[in-house]
Amino acid sequence: MAFFTKLFSRQYCVGARQTLAVRDRINEKKRLALLGGGERRIEAQHKKGKLTARERVHVLCDTGSFIEYDQFMEHTCSDFGMEKEKYPGDSVVTGQGYIDGKLVYIFSQDFTVFGGSLSSVHAKKICKIMDQALLVGAPVIGLNDSGGARIQEGVESLAGYADIFQRNVLASGVIPQISLIMGPCAGGAVYSPALTDFTLMVKNTSYLFITGPDVVKAVTNEDVTQEQLGGAKTHTSLSGVAHRAFENDIDALLNLRDLISFLPSSNKQASPIAECVDPWNRDVPVLDGIVPLESTAAYDMSDVILGVVDNREFFEIMPDYAKNIKVGFGRLNGQTVGIVGNQPKVAAGCLDINSSVKGARFVRFCDAFNIPLITFVDVPGFLPGTAQEYGGIIRHGAKLLYAFAEATVPKITVITRKAYGGAYDVMSSKHLRGDINYAWPTAEVAVMGAKGAVSILYRGTKDAKKYEDEYIDKFGNPFPAAVRGFVDDIIEPRDTRRRLCRDLAALSTKKLSNPWKKHGNIPL
Amino acid sequence: MWWLLKSSKCLQTTIAKRYYSTGLSKTAGLSSWTDSVYTTNPIDPSEPTFSKILIANRGEIAVRVIRSARKMGIKTVAVYSTADSRSMHVEMADEAICIGDPPAAQSYLVMDKILDAINVTGAEAVHPGYGFLSENASFVQKLEEMKVKFIGPPAKAIHGMGDKLESKRLAIKAGVNTVPGFDGEISGVDHCLEISKSIGYPVMIKASAGGGGKGMRIANNEKEALEGFKLAKDEAKASFGDDRILIEKFVVNPRHIEIQLLCDAHGNGVYLNERECSIQRRNQKVVEEAPSPFVDPELRKAMGNQALDLANAIGYTSAGTVEFLVDNQKNFYFLEMNTRLQVEHPISECITGVDLVQEMIRVAYGHPLKFKQSDIPINGWALEMRVYAEDATRNFGTPSTGRLFKYVEPSGKGVRCDSGVREGSEISVYYDPLICKLVTYGATRPEAISRGKHALDSYVIQGVSHNIPLLRDILSEESYIKGDTDTNYLPRVYPDGFTLPKLSTSHLAILQAIAGVLEGKRGLRLHRKVDTWDYVASHAEHAASVKIEKTSNGFKVNVEGKEITLPNWDLTKPVVTLNVDGEEITLQIHGRLNGPVWRIGFQGSSYDFKLLCPYTQKLLDIMPDPKLGDTAKELLSPMPGVVKGVSVKVGDKVFKGQEVCVIEAMKMQNKLVISADGEVAEVRVKEGDTVSEEDLLIALK
Repeated sequence: MAFFTKLFSRQYCVGARQTLAVRDRINEKKRLALLGGGERRIEAQHKKGKLTARERVHVLCDTGSFIEYDQFMEHTCSDFGMEKEKYPGDSVVTGQGYIDGKLVYIFSQDFTVFGGSLSSVHAKKICKIMDQALLVGAPVIGLNDSGGARIQEGVESLAGYADIFQRNVLASGVIPQISLIMGPCAGGAVYSPALTDFTLMVKNTSYLFITGPDVVKAVTNEDVTQEQLGGAKTHTSLSGVAHRAFENDIDALLNLRDLISFLPSSNKQASPIAECVDPWNRDVPVLDGIVPLESTAAYDMSDVILGVVDNREFFEIMPDYAKNIKVGFGRLNGQTVGIVGNQPKVAAGCLDINSSVKGARFVRFCDAFNIPLITFVDVPGFLPGTAQEYGGIIRHGAKLLYAFAEATVPKITVITRKAYGGAYDVMSSKHLRGDINYAWPTAEVAVMGAKGAVSILYRGTKDAKKYEDEYIDKFGNPFPAAVRGFVDDIIEPRDTRRRLCRDLAALSTKKLSNPWKKHGNIPL
Repeated sequence: MWWLLKSSKCLQTTIAKRYYSTGLSKTAGLSSWTDSVYTTNPIDPSEPTFSKILIANRGEIAVRVIRSARKMGIKTVAVYSTADSRSMHVEMADEAICIGDPPAAQSYLVMDKILDAINVTGAEAVHPGYGFLSENASFVQKLEEMKVKFIGPPAKAIHGMGDKLESKRLAIKAGVNTVPGFDGEISGVDHCLEISKSIGYPVMIKASAGGGGKGMRIANNEKEALEGFKLAKDEAKASFGDDRILIEKFVVNPRHIEIQLLCDAHGNGVYLNERECSIQRRNQKVVEEAPSPFVDPELRKAMGNQALDLANAIGYTSAGTVEFLVDNQKNFYFLEMNTRLQVEHPISECITGVDLVQEMIRVAYGHPLKFKQSDIPINGWALEMRVYAEDATRNFGTPSTGRLFKYVEPSGKGVRCDSGVREGSEISVYYDPLICKLVTYGATRPEAISRGKHALDSYVIQGVSHNIPLLRDILSEESYIKGDTDTNYLPRVYPDGFTLPKLSTSHLAILQAIAGVLEGKRGLRLHRKVDTWDYVASHAEHAASVKIEKTSNGFKVNVEGKEITLPNWDLTKPVVTLNVDGEEITLQIHGRLNGPVWRIGFQGSSYDFKLLCPYTQKLLDIMPDPKLGDTAKELLSPMPGVVKGVSVKVGDKVFKGQEVCVIEAMKMQNKLVISADGEVAEVRVKEGDTVSEEDLLIALK
């Protein structure tokens, strides 16, 4: 008996020691993982006004809700002395957490570890959470802060990028994917954000470009700074690559939380419904006075949008790019809707290449994720000119047409003033399966404005003024469209919110599908 | 404008009809206070009167006149500019006539258009309101020629009192006390300096034809006299088309007290006591009250009798006001007589029970007054707070324009709102930025003040800046509460200009708790099912930990260790009054901005609270300071308006505080100064340009 006890206890001791040692090793690894690239690098990151990968994740998620995966994965490279420098978790933090109670999968690149460079392990970690997000139907959020490929790993790193791209594409239209660029993102790496639904940036600290200023100088002899080449301002106002820019890391992450609150978790879910505290059936008298009496005077479509949506909360997408069209998310009686509106304040609200592409992409996102579309129309037509024609306004304009025509979500349209020419057709008209189409009393649906029409109908006439008046009398009002049933009703602006909310409730059971196809062929 | 040319008649009727149906219920609600106010001479429905009158005005005063006319059974005709086609006065009137484009000089000031409207509608009399044509003798003459009654004094009386020189002469003749000054017209700059010197500084330089503070400047020395003369002349020309100027002694820190008169055409006249109108900014009134806390029965009688003497001397009929300056020894001097219904007439109505508009109409029809001086009571106390669309933190009020996307007037016992706007109305650059005259009255002055405070707290105005923060602060200010006011009140109480009031420690904590609950409840609405929240709520530099626990009927909140119990409340209401640990707290929830920031209205001002998790709050210090542009080197337009002059060009050296540009807005000329030394790099505007708020005017290198 004593022998057994002795034997057992010795074995026990060995086993216990082993267990405790393992535990210590686990704890040590975890401690090291949480330190990322070490305190010195964390400090350097902070000095730049940037948070660390883990800090970002915790700011983004509901308090304490983030769970990290693969904290123990380490890179496998043994060249260039890399085997001596390993960090648990490598250069990316991955896992899942909750944003206002909604499950999301997150990867956050850690600039303090090898400059956030992408190793094969780094890519594998990202792919793993993407696969899981796709499996359960939850959004993926990428927080990008990476110097690029892990050069020491060579082609393995490139393979890693491609693995991510492939998943981005397969997940597109299935789960919302959002990229927030919080540091450099250059070279091949830029294509992952480009494939996601929304690309957000942090001002002054984030850059997106295919090749940096040095290479640009060497190849084209252009002098350009990082900020000019691929900064937040460039991409949100000039290139249209990014959708919004924010002041700093915290501002960006908190706004991203707000954006997530509008989105469903996947394409299998209906557009989310929050409990509404703004009476759905209230009068909105302010809408009555927005469209000026003078039909050539500009007004701000934001006033219309803010007047209609719940609590005047509107999350605008691409506010600084192609400002002649406004797109973004709002809620009506609590339900998320996508809003598209021509902006008469900018370039008279005409459609051009950039605004067509901006609108088309937004419409397709909403359609993919079951978000009803509300369209406010005040469009004088497509922008004429060689710049537009040579730039391919025909195929770009066709994108917006394609997007609206293809969409099967509830579509409600309000013509606030002008709806001229082909642009009338494009803007979610009745003819493109618009479910409910309204006109305000100020609406004018016509082939073109009076001046243009008279110059064609009565070429060279001296009585232009008389014919213009006649034309305006005939077409400068909502009747031609209303008598043909192209608009379902002429409504007082103050009733708009109430009518839209009622229609949305009715359309909540709308079932419509397009003919079976592998996929359509949108004119890219 | 094709539709205007086509048939204005057809348009009028459609507009009148379209709004009539919706108008009825609204106006019924608005007139609820009138029954309790007008008790002295109730309307006698059997008394003959006009069958239709035209109101040659807009905004609140047009609405005010229509209200009394309707009660008397008189049909009303409104006139309006295109900018006002959706306004309340147009909606309330039985008929409405469009009289032209938005600028007053092309509509409300054009006599012929008003006269046409009278012909078209067959109105028998015209009420002019205040401003516009109300004190225009030639307009009254034209009406007399047309055999249309003017609801106001005779042309001769207007003429006599409209000119400041003439009125002073007449006042002296009638035995009224007057301020020492030069009894004549100023011929030029040198004459101005000579006269100023002989009277002794400070002097008041003002437009002979003026009123309401326009074209009025105070000069303490030669330099200011020179400058003031120029500006007063320009403003006088722009506002009244008459640039005659006069100069008189400026009585330092006087009170501005005025006597309301009512006279008929049968030689009867009464004074409806006084109004204290000392709280002014740039010579325009902000808060008025009746009676004055400074006036005793003896002084009242002396002022009242002198005012009546003047009215008798000039053959005055209808309602009118004689303004006096009163020094601290209770000496009073005649200032001017306003031959019209004044903006602040409601407070006199509230304490005397007389409907001044009703009496003006009766007098114009030819009826004698039904009451004698001894029938005029002083019932309690009334305050008027002029609610302007203005940012009160800038020069006590720079105009703001916009649309009232949310607008709810206060109501309740002792609260009267005279306004011409409602939710959805636009405050435009064309007219006065007055939103509403908020009148509160009660048995005593403290009661009127307390009702005033509560009314201001529950007044919802969103879409334009407004001066409620200032009004609310005046009502809680010590010297105001004591009744210690003079015309220098605002600069005396706010020597560095008005700044938004600081919250007390306990109110700050309560608002922080409320902001936390708002953010927590938002999470609940998004289906984040938790019962406790932990935030840091920051307002400016005040950050506090806010720990919240949801209870069965509200929230238990711990703000930096202090326990606060909040009841649950209805988030759909724009104004809520909560009982917070025994204290009544009236709040307005203005909304949530991305950030997340909650904006909460409390005691007239609005306060922003940023809500962060404690974890995030700790990381804030790492964030870089926002990049500030060098704003001092840019001059932005502080308000929408028209550029009246630019005094610098590219390459000029300028110094801090130098006047570089003049913007005219709401008929006021505003001097803009540059706030840094430097060289002008860019001048973006020229004379005559229209500018919006925040437009870049001038940039330095």
